[in-house]
Amino acid sequence: MTWTEYFVVIILVLIFIVIFQIAKASEYVSVLKGEKKTFEQNNRINAFLMLVFLVVGLAAAWWCNKLLYKKTLLWLPSASEHGEKIDTMMWITLAITGIVFVLTQILLFWFAYKYQANEKRKAHYYPHNNKLELLWTAVPAIALTVLVSFGLYYWYKITGEAPKEAMEVEVTGHQFGWEYRYPGKDGVLGRQHFKLTDAAKGNPLGQDWKDVANHDDLHPSELHLVVDKPVKLIIRSQDVIHDVGLAHFRLKMDAVPGTPTTMWFTPKYTTARMKEMTGNENFVYEISCDQMCGSGHYSMKGTIIVETQEEFDKWISAQKPQYATAHPDGAPAVAAATAPPVSDSVKAATNAEPKAEH
Amino acid sequence: MSNEIAVQHGVIPHEVHEHHDGHHHHETFITKYVFSQDHKMIAKQFLITGIIWAIVGGLMSVLFRIQLGYPEATLPWLEDIFGHWAKDGKIQPEFYYALGTMHGTILVFFVLTAGLSGTFANLLIPYQVGARDMASPFMNMLSYWFFVLASIIIMASLFVQTGPASGGWTVYPPLSALGDASQGSKIGMDLWLISMAMFVVSQLLGGLNYVSTILNMRTKGMTMTRLPLTIWAILFTAILGILSFPVLFSGFILLLFDRHLGTSFYLSDIVLGGNILPNEGGSPILYQHLFWFLGHPEVYIIILPTMGLVSEVMSINARKPIFGYMAMIASMFAIALLAFLVWAHHMFVTGLNPFLGSVFVLLTLLIAVPSAIKVFNWITTLWRGNIRFTPGMLFCVGFVSMFISGGLTGIFLGNSTLDLHLHDTYFVIAHFHIVMGVSAFMGMFAGIYHWFPKMYGRYMNNTMGYIHFWVTMVCAYVIFWPMHYEGFAGMPRRYYDYSGWESFKHFVELNRVISFAAILSFLVQLMFVFNFFYSIFKGRKVTTQNPWGANTLEWTTPIRPGHGNWPGEIPEVHRWAYDYGKDGKDFIPQTEPVGKDESTH
Repeated sequence: MTWTEYFVVIILVLIFIVIFQIAKASEYVSVLKGEKKTFEQNNRINAFLMLVFLVVGLAAAWWCNKLLYKKTLLWLPSASEHGEKIDTMMWITLAITGIVFVLTQILLFWFAYKYQANEKRKAHYYPHNNKLELLWTAVPAIALTVLVSFGLYYWYKITGEAPKEAMEVEVTGHQFGWEYRYPGKDGVLGRQHFKLTDAAKGNPLGQDWKDVANHDDLHPSELHLVVDKPVKLIIRSQDVIHDVGLAHFRLKMDAVPGTPTTMWFTPKYTTARMKEMTGNENFVYEISCDQMCGSGHYSMKGTIIVETQEEFDKWISAQKPQYATAHPDGAPAVAAATAPPVSDSVKAATNAEPKAEH
Repeated sequence: MSNEIAVQHGVIPHEVHEHHDGHHHHETFITKYVFSQDHKMIAKQFLITGIIWAIVGGLMSVLFRIQLGYPEATLPWLEDIFGHWAKDGKIQPEFYYALGTMHGTILVFFVLTAGLSGTFANLLIPYQVGARDMASPFMNMLSYWFFVLASIIIMASLFVQTGPASGGWTVYPPLSALGDASQGSKIGMDLWLISMAMFVVSQLLGGLNYVSTILNMRTKGMTMTRLPLTIWAILFTAILGILSFPVLFSGFILLLFDRHLGTSFYLSDIVLGGNILPNEGGSPILYQHLFWFLGHPEVYIIILPTMGLVSEVMSINARKPIFGYMAMIASMFAIALLAFLVWAHHMFVTGLNPFLGSVFVLLTLLIAVPSAIKVFNWITTLWRGNIRFTPGMLFCVGFVSMFISGGLTGIFLGNSTLDLHLHDTYFVIAHFHIVMGVSAFMGMFAGIYHWFPKMYGRYMNNTMGYIHFWVTMVCAYVIFWPMHYEGFAGMPRRYYDYSGWESFKHFVELNRVISFAAILSFLVQLMFVFNFFYSIFKGRKVTTQNPWGANTLEWTTPIRPGHGNWPGEIPEVHRWAYDYGKDGKDFIPQTEPVGKDESTH
């Protein structure tokens, strides 16, 4: 330990001794002054502090909001259409709970202050009042009905079927990173089985090469999405449970080994647009793993780039199918339509165009 | 019912006789302080064990808050103490996750379940229903010693080479099932599971005893509707535990099978670090269902007893009956019932069928209704009272304030639409720490300050009590209020370091403030612990039998009661526990017969 650390410890011990001595002394004083008088004095102080806590607390909450509001996502429009619904729901809930919070806290601390012990007053014997109790059963019930109705209305919209024109992308999590797979020109993700996984042979996702649909599937290192075009993520995990967390899109879905999950949404702003909106040069859409997955959990990051259709087409045409990577000497025994790797990637380029028409 | 009471009444002289026998035999140190079967001593044992665990668990949170508040700092003294866990004076990720996991396990189970229910159920049930001891004092003793066994095993796991469990207190498989997935999933995880199995046994032994004592051993005249709310709360708590802990137990046993016997209950389609595992057909989601079937009632197992304690202490110190006694019981019943029907709200984003999710949204938000009733009833209890701010009463007010704050944020998280954004962010941490961490502690402190004179025949120091309350109250809000904002930024929980994230790295200063408040709050709790132990030996002596002017039966026992509680016959009860300020009288104890011209309510 350094000298400063020793110093801090010594100071703390001294502070404690002072508090203890004061506390002990106050007990002796109360014996001298009379218990009753001491009680009355302490009661007044504590009652007054109730009021102070209420006023200072509410002011501090306001100040805290001023400091931190801009650091949240509350002020920034959601980057997905689903997120807009979630934001609306958030504001409705914030308004209702905010009112309840302020009112109940004021009543609580105000009553605590106002009805502090006083010799002249007697407590009011008031064991129950059925009307009042009915009132505050009914009012919360109505408020919650409103919240449940809005909530479920949005919930069904968000979790409903993805539109037919949605682009499909597979996202696979493992300790500690993300893999992406695009279906390629046929628009179909090929079959896979976990027992076929063999990273050394260029098959990290366990694709079944006997399935022709796999031959044009792409396996890029970044997730690119097209602005204003719905996307459906098919989410898998290879080892433990992970979670695709998309803070700016306000969405989240677990990646569960053995049980693929799905989530769809429509990105609203390109990455470039978000840079302008946030005023942050370095802005990037990040995928955060939101389910504890081991010691590298905090570093399990993915990157999403939202771009225009043209930019996307250009990018995807430069990607090479995983099949080609796995079979550098050209396709082995398998199916008919296997072209040499080079022309395969050329096909992938042409393949992006028909998709653009959607 | 009347039959039962008659029979029981008949038993009393016999018990008194036994009690006298006990004196002839002279209790040894072992039978009095170690393997005691006296409910009062067992309560103290639970409380002190709970306090020790709270210090350990709290210290863990201080350590990981150091990492979060000062991620850049190197503190060589950490390496002096923790060796390779804090290599080069920096807390390592595996250590950080182990700390978080054990902090959660210890605080949720060992402190706020065993330490809380164990203390107050044991202390108050026989005292307040008017019984000489628990239905089965021997089972009661076993309950405590199984808890000790669980404690020893989990404490041992802190010292094994690969460290304790580190996959979060919920220990979701496959992470917890596969030793190769994480250091903490090796032997530490086995010890965790065995310890928790012992813990469940302890809880069941205790719970069955609580329920049978409350139902069968009430004194003459103590009908169910004359019971203090503390006892009602403990009854519901015990029933929740009895029905849900076995499910958790089964979930843990299946996890042990998956770990060691090659079964595939929770495992399927796994490629771990390049190795293809043979398991097929299992579902990790099954574990989550089994876990949360206890896990959700568990939060009510924690909060219900404190609701009872607060209702009682608040009524006594407001010198006014608790408002809406029957509504309080009904709302606790509703909470206990709904507790079993909401577990999947922890699983909205697991790929759960959205329709099923919507049912759980409805049932979850329904819980807000009985919770709101309770809050309004507490506030109305203060209204036109004559409030004495004892330290216990201060903590009651703190409890209600925290319960409101944390309860309202539950309305966000229970709504699946908002959960999509807020799930597993700091918003969740803020929510459950306020509503079941801080609130429960406030309720527990209220109980400790209030019943300390009954436990030890001495008072705790008031001045330290006031300081304890106000600093705790301020720190709790400073720690957890700003975390909601981190949650609104989507900042994930259980991250060791945020500096690599463009989306979350701007909260460094805030994290430092939070860490500072957390450390200060921990120090103040140490002051409370000092006050507690100092007052056992040196506190101001209690000189009157009923120092708070309370109605319930425990204050009719001698200041330092022996085994058997009442030296003579057990008193008879003639009224409910809340006649404060009635007909101009400050208080009317339960033992006082109803007068002829007394008003009815």
